[in-house]
Amino acid sequence: MPHVNALPTRGEIEAEYRKVAFIGGIYSNYLALEAALRMLAPLRVDAVYALGDFGAFGPYPDRTLELLQKHGIPCIQGNYEEALSSGAEDCHCGYTDPRDNHFARLSYDYTAAHTAPEHKRWMAGLPLARRIRIGASEVLLTHGSPRRINEFLWQTTTPLPFIRKLLHDFECDLVACTHTGLPWHRLLDGHRGLVNVGALGRPANDGQTEVKLTVVEQDRHGLRIEVVPVAYDYETLAREMKNEGLPPEFIATISTGWWTSCLEVLPAKERAAGKF
Amino acid sequence: MPSPNPSQPLPTVFPQAPLLALDTLWFQVAGTLCNLTCRHCFISCSPTNHAHEMLSLATVTDYLQQAEALGVKEYYFTGGEPFMNKDMMAILATTLKQGPASVLTNGVLITPRLAFELKALADASEYSLDLRISIDGYDAPSNDAVRGEGTWERILKGIRHLAEAGLVPVITVTEACEGATSQAGREKFLARLAEWGLRHPRLKIMPLLRLGAETGRTRSYAAWETLAGQALSAEDSVALQCASGRMVTSRGVYVCPILIDSPEARMGEKLMDGLRPFELKHQACYSCHAEGLSCRT
Repeated sequence: MPHVNALPTRGEIEAEYRKVAFIGGIYSNYLALEAALRMLAPLRVDAVYALGDFGAFGPYPDRTLELLQKHGIPCIQGNYEEALSSGAEDCHCGYTDPRDNHFARLSYDYTAAHTAPEHKRWMAGLPLARRIRIGASEVLLTHGSPRRINEFLWQTTTPLPFIRKLLHDFECDLVACTHTGLPWHRLLDGHRGLVNVGALGRPANDGQTEVKLTVVEQDRHGLRIEVVPVAYDYETLAREMKNEGLPPEFIATISTGWWTSCLEVLPAKERAAGKF
Repeated sequence: MPSPNPSQPLPTVFPQAPLLALDTLWFQVAGTLCNLTCRHCFISCSPTNHAHEMLSLATVTDYLQQAEALGVKEYYFTGGEPFMNKDMMAILATTLKQGPASVLTNGVLITPRLAFELKALADASEYSLDLRISIDGYDAPSNDAVRGEGTWERILKGIRHLAEAGLVPVITVTEACEGATSQAGREKFLARLAEWGLRHPRLKIMPLLRLGAETGRTRSYAAWETLAGQALSAEDSVALQCASGRMVTSRGVYVCPILIDSPEARMGEKLMDGLRPFELKHQACYSCHAEGLSCRT
């Protein structure tokens, strides 16, 4: 069932930057997060933000949360943090297919059981959104969309007129979101549009084991958006997932780069691009 | 939830569904004209049902312009049988320049040539084109009992042509197919889809609507199947398809794809006329709420 939490249409800008790295769903992939943090120095970004869904899918959820807190990374809630911190019975991911929901259940139950109570309390204090400025663009950071924490914004089903309406309704120039796990962006002009920053937690259903983060930079032509592959020790992660009894389907995704679960929610083009 | 107690009078106050945003715009592109006469069709489509006529490219284009201004997110085309509409390919080409499109078809008019033309349209757009084909059984006898003699083979041909062209349709099955909602039923269907050469089998199971031809096949709504006297939570409202969609037919703008035979569900001529709440008086509204029904994929 959809979850209701439309954001306020206005908010204060907390900081101004030239170049920002965005981390989408981490899904307990603490090894990818460590690798991403190592990459940030040479990328010369002014800041890094994490857009929620820190748990799910991978092992030892507390390790990811400890890293985020240790490095002081500003975060917002994803549907996982909203669900875990409120003691919800499921992840509020927004799936409708029984097979998708079966795997979402396995993932949520493991994560809920292995996340420390103090971490759940920390999640409860995270904002649902943040506003920053990158160059000339006012950027609204959300998890799913400014309308719903679990709205899926895919590249091939999020048309320009809809993006234009979002920017108008929520009084911003750029929406940055995650939730789907696939990075993409669509710009109306040089400095307005929507960017889905992808996910750091699992590969982008492209047959590559590297995961992705997204860097948004103001250059002299406007916004420049770059998807940056992050290589990490996926074999260790796969071993740890196996040791923790996580589903072989999840491990196959980490090891091959192809999604094996939660596929039914994909639009036609995104589904056809994958192996399964 | 009201209990089926006929001795108690039902309340006469109904909940309202707000329109949160016009995300989904439906087009009754083939009107109520169809090349099949399915026994469970909730709007009784047939070769001779002219209750709603076909939509022209010009009409659809006009509504697409209205939709663009309103920030509509996705478009659905249904009927009747959409591919009976001679403008259908031009309509899809125009729509796919503006946003993603889904076509609900019975598949029997999908020739190898049409399948390849559809694939070319899909490849040329930055947005997704989804085709949804309805079947109603695991085999010819069960399907043909609902959809008509000989339809199973014709539908299968259409599915195979799409698969050969590299398109993966969503297969829709209604609960008219016995056991379709069980896990075993789903797995049986998914195995069938793989047999038919669908590389990424996709399946949607739909509840039945006790309207139109279906009332003759099984039954109408019982008096207690109503939302009278019920209050909807915010989450329940968002889940209703009428909270985020509207339907365009040759007769104007309707609240949803289900109620086009109900005069009270007509909201006006322009999309703007449909941007208001709807009182959930119709008994089919009970299906949407109680069974979580959405006509979207």
